[in-house]
Amino acid sequence: MQFGLNENQEFLRDSARKFFAGECPIAEVRRLMETDTAFDAKLWAKLAEQGYTGIIFPEELGGVGLGIVELILLMEEAGRALLPGPFFSSVVMAGALVDALATKDQKKKHLAPICRGERRSTVAFLEAEGSWDLADVRLTAIDDRLQGEKLFVPDAAVADWILVVARNGVFLVDSKAPGIRVEPMHGMDLTRKLYSLQFDNTPAEKLGETTALSRPRAIATAALAAEMVGGMHRTLDITVEYAKTRKQFGKPIGIFQAVQHQCADMYLETESARSAVYYAAWALEHHAPDAAAAVSIAKLYASDASRTVSNRGIQVHGGMGFTWENDLHLYYRRAKASETMFGDATFHRERLARLTIDVEALSAQRA
Amino acid sequence: MDLNLTPEDLAFRDEFRAWLQANVPKDRAEWREKPLEESFPYLRAWQRKLHEGGWAAVSWPKEYGGRGATLMQQAMFWEEMARLEAPPMANALGLGLIGPTIIAYGTGAQKKRFIPKILSAEEIWCQGFSEPNAGSDLAALQTEARLEDGHYIVNGQKVWTSYGWVGDWCELVVRTDPTAPKHKGLTVLLVDMKSPGVAVRPLRQMTGESEFNEIFLRDVHVPAENVLGKVNDGWNVAVSTLMHERGAYGARLILIFKRNINRLIELSRVTEHNGRPASQDPVLRQKLAQCYAEVEIMRLNQLRAFSRITAAGAPGPEGSIQKLFWSELNQRLQQLAQELLGPYGQLAGGDARAIDKGIWSYGYLRSRGNTIEAGTSEVQRNIIGHFVLGLPRSY
Repeated sequence: MQFGLNENQEFLRDSARKFFAGECPIAEVRRLMETDTAFDAKLWAKLAEQGYTGIIFPEELGGVGLGIVELILLMEEAGRALLPGPFFSSVVMAGALVDALATKDQKKKHLAPICRGERRSTVAFLEAEGSWDLADVRLTAIDDRLQGEKLFVPDAAVADWILVVARNGVFLVDSKAPGIRVEPMHGMDLTRKLYSLQFDNTPAEKLGETTALSRPRAIATAALAAEMVGGMHRTLDITVEYAKTRKQFGKPIGIFQAVQHQCADMYLETESARSAVYYAAWALEHHAPDAAAAVSIAKLYASDASRTVSNRGIQVHGGMGFTWENDLHLYYRRAKASETMFGDATFHRERLARLTIDVEALSAQRA
Repeated sequence: MDLNLTPEDLAFRDEFRAWLQANVPKDRAEWREKPLEESFPYLRAWQRKLHEGGWAAVSWPKEYGGRGATLMQQAMFWEEMARLEAPPMANALGLGLIGPTIIAYGTGAQKKRFIPKILSAEEIWCQGFSEPNAGSDLAALQTEARLEDGHYIVNGQKVWTSYGWVGDWCELVVRTDPTAPKHKGLTVLLVDMKSPGVAVRPLRQMTGESEFNEIFLRDVHVPAENVLGKVNDGWNVAVSTLMHERGAYGARLILIFKRNINRLIELSRVTEHNGRPASQDPVLRQKLAQCYAEVEIMRLNQLRAFSRITAAGAPGPEGSIQKLFWSELNQRLQQLAQELLGPYGQLAGGDARAIDKGIWSYGYLRSRGNTIEAGTSEVQRNIIGHFVLGLPRSY
């Protein structure tokens, strides 16, 4: 039993950290967040060159064939760097979905170009009700045509294909197809742009049934929680550094217990979220019977913790933390947006309750 | 990362599980019903049995009567003990904290003299650390010891001493150099509790029981060969004991917490709230799920800490995270139990209407001490702030 990283995993984490520090420093994040799409073609080409765009996909499709634990480590570093743009939506959300339910030919056509970094994709799930429950999806394809609306779709303006979750299946839509309208939604997180999509008799190709959604969705949820852990850790690092150098009453503020204890709680919450995320990744990788519960535990804890950690971080910074110039609000914004994405803590506590409290669920587990 | 158990771990678990099933006392439910004073001989006999099977101190090196078990195997040991609701061992502090400190700092003669009787529960150990004016600020302790003709003459008072009433020996921290800075003038003495001048008084706590004692020391003579470690290096010896306290203790709590949250989930199905089972009340469902998640995260934090300690070779400040996490979690869990049980939550063991023989009433009161004993939450946060995050010392 070894719940630490092995040498290869440490190497991946360290090289990803170095890569993001070099190619996507915070100045670059700030430049991109001021653009319409937060997408940069050169950065995307470099991500592909590293193999990151194909990290968990089979080698015959041009992927690298690594596991969920490796994906989680990469996402943690991406979160630490506050990587802007469509990496999560294209590679993790859409890529994992195509990988899970498309046919071999469809994968060659729609996954291989994502692995190679030539194309991008995203997933459209939420509708007007704003519910992450699959049962609340209303949009229905009729004769392979879509009519209606999807909201809060990440990075849709730079996606070549949009995977639309409908009542009667998951459908692939070309972003240049007739009858599709993509409009920006102005969210809090400036680094991950959201869009509304209107479909008017838009042609769509069915990829598979919604019953196959649970695994790719679990992978994306765990990966998002990992990204949140990366953001939390960066917030902690910035805050501790500030507490050591900022002086008031003639002393570094980190000498005061009121400040120290905030930092200690940030550390406890960050590490606890990390434990939950690592276990969720391992459970998914090994198809453990408690994988679904583990993913919900990771997301519910990370959702609350990333909010409180970013709150404490700004509080310790005092007035400086409230300025535009300070980077913490960028993490604070991302934390809030990620908190609701794929279900907030309340949503996942209810999911966990169904898995652990409801008698039917328990007897089904035993059977 | 590999969370599968190794063949060695599995073999260890299977061997202990088989032994335990064959040897755990059949009347084990009964000892809990009696006051600790009455059940103590029973717990002594149970430890002796474990020792005869070679299971009393699995974490200790083989040469001292242990099994050199890995941290994972130690956790499995406690899991198996908890699974069969086996009684605890009588000499908990000797086995868990003081024995390992003697193994680390003791002379050959001390190890030979004390270790076998710790294992066999022939000599019960207690810990003389806290004083009325030295709680969180342990290094400010005032109990003094002067060397005269090969003996230390000890005077002072200790408080919050577990097992003081039954202790044969005590790991006592004393001040041997009052002129040195407070951390530098301390020494650890191994003190025979039957020495003239030692008086033990029960300390009644808010639960109504007396788990702890006060110890009064008046001109107690302790032979100089009973110094553990070096004279005036007692702080390091004491910290080594405290590290064991913060590190290993959490492991055995996980199963108890798991059992408690699972029991609360069971109770929620049969407890009415607003005209339906509490398990169907949306607010209580949220709270139960949150608690379930936190108990699981406590387990995962522990496993990650094990891997770090194994890599580093010794327990470090990560024990503070565990202590902070479990103590505050237990208070939330006990509060949730009260909320779930409503007016019945307050009923104590003797009341015919008490739920689960009053364990939730007792648990609520007892958990109040969790964030104070073995280092307050405030001290744990100071330790994390300074030793983990590198913030300047606040005191």
